[in-house]
Amino acid sequence: MLELKNISYSVKDETTGRTQEILKDLNLAFADRGINVITGPNGSGKSTLIKLVMGFEKPTAGRVFFNGEDITDMNVTERARRGFTIAFQQPVRFKGITVKSLLELASGKKMDTDAMCGCLSAVGLCARNYIDRAVDGTLSGGELKRIELAMAIAKGGEVFLLDEPEAGIDLWSFEDLVRVFDRLRDKTVIIVSHQQRILETADKIFLFESDKVSSAERGEDMFALLTRRPALCWRDVKEN
Amino acid sequence: MDKTDSELLETIADLHGIPEGSFNIRKNGKLMARNSTADIEIVPKKDKDGIDIIVKPGVVNKSVHIPVLLTVGDFKETVYNDFYIGEGADVTIIAGCGIHNDACGDAEHDGVHSFYLEKNAKVRYIERHYASGDGTGKKSFDPVTNIYCKENACFAMESTQLGGVTSTVRKTFASLDDKAQLIVKEKILTDNDECAVTDFRVELKGAHSRADIVSRSVAKGHSVQSFGSDLVGENECFGHVECDGILLGGARIISTPKIDAVSPEASLVHEAAVGKIAGEQLMKLMSLGLTEQEAEDAVIKGFLN
Ligand SMILES: Nc1ncnc2c1ncn2[C@@H]1O[C@H](COP(=O)(O)OP(=O)(O)OP(=O)(O)O)[C@@H](O)[C@H]1O
Ligand SMILES: [Mg+2]
Repeated sequence: MLELKNISYSVKDETTGRTQEILKDLNLAFADRGINVITGPNGSGKSTLIKLVMGFEKPTAGRVFFNGEDITDMNVTERARRGFTIAFQQPVRFKGITVKSLLELASGKKMDTDAMCGCLSAVGLCARNYIDRAVDGTLSGGELKRIELAMAIAKGGEVFLLDEPEAGIDLWSFEDLVRVFDRLRDKTVIIVSHQQRILETADKIFLFESDKVSSAERGEDMFALLTRRPALCWRDVKEN
Repeated sequence: MDKTDSELLETIADLHGIPEGSFNIRKNGKLMARNSTADIEIVPKKDKDGIDIIVKPGVVNKSVHIPVLLTVGDFKETVYNDFYIGEGADVTIIAGCGIHNDACGDAEHDGVHSFYLEKNAKVRYIERHYASGDGTGKKSFDPVTNIYCKENACFAMESTQLGGVTSTVRKTFASLDDKAQLIVKEKILTDNDECAVTDFRVELKGAHSRADIVSRSVAKGHSVQSFGSDLVGENECFGHVECDGILLGGARIISTPKIDAVSPEASLVHEAAVGKIAGEQLMKLMSLGLTEQEAEDAVIKGFLN
């Protein structure tokens, strides 16, 4: 069980000196098994939450518990070794590091072509064409997202944090992507997404709004939650 | 050949013992082994230290190894090697130099290499510099490389210096005739108080000549690197220089570009980027379970691949 207790996160704007509160007194619990989908308007703090859980940032207040243990002060490396696995919303590019070496770093061991093929074909890529490519700007946006996901698969883990994994993935590959998530259903999976098809696979949905989070479980009418237009969305801004 | 020799040979030239074909192995200023063939002839110079390497016209898919070993301190040499590459030949030249200096005196090897490529000749030139040894003596290389390409000739140079070299000043000069091409890939890693200076001057004389110089460097500790390039476009030509550097600790990298479009038809580009490893790269690798140090090493290893 992953629990977030009274989590707040604020940043200080260097130029104006004003503090901006991004997450405020958040209480969330994620079960050991199942797919949790977080959705909500742009800028509502979804990626920030993912980064807090992975340990990239520390909450300004509140604690994070994993299986009862307080991991708030645990660094990224330790969390990764405990089974926290992240796929970035914006994949990082490297000069010279190949797909093969990233997959090997992710899995923590040497991989043969079959093993790499397993990870890459799950995300619809043919290993032969990609393993020797550098993970840099020469890969297309969708290819980078797929490789990001393949790395998460190669690494494995207990808690998967997938930030908009479907962004940039073509329409025809959606079902394959859903299959990838389905296979992780016996782990804690937290997906940030704006896509209905992904929301449909959820066991639990969290709706982030400017100052609160509401949730609904499978069986409840999850989509009723979403038909209500949340504050802070684009239309509001335009209408103001 | 002792253990140090064979280790150095393997590092600088991927050689396991004596190679096949044409070669010239030099150790501590003396000839260790040489083989001259009908295709690639090696002739010692009479007036000064060095050799002439003559590749017959039309010789293809052949290679020549000319490694140099220096395993003593208090030793400085300057060696002049001239390469004559016949029309239409296509060869690989492997010219590493390894210094192992356990002494307190300095060890220095300065190779002055001149390449004369006839029409349509192609050369792949691999040059590795490496130094080891715990002595306080310096380990230095000051190579000079001159390249003269006639029409449609192509010179591809891969130079690598991955550690241990106290100081290096490398000067490379190239002159390119019509449709001639120069491709340079340089990789340098410095640490501690090491110092590396590289300077390129390329004269793009001929129509449709091309030059592409890519330098990747990593500076650690308190080391200092300086990269200078001077491209002169005298005709309708294309020149590109890229200097990419990673800084760690208290190191410093200076990049000085100069491009001179003498001809209005010349197209010359210079790109340079120097800085620390991007934080998000370290974060990504740490999220795969690497420590910060391991993440840093992985970024550098990939960068210098
Ligand atoms: N370091 C920072 N400095 C200033 N503002 C920040 C910082 N990090 C995040 N923010 C702000 O916090 C808010 C939440 O950002 P976050 O990336 O978490 O949004 P998100 O919900 O993932 O949005 P999207 O759907 O567009 O991905 C945004 O308004 C963003 O501008
Ligand atoms: Mg986001």
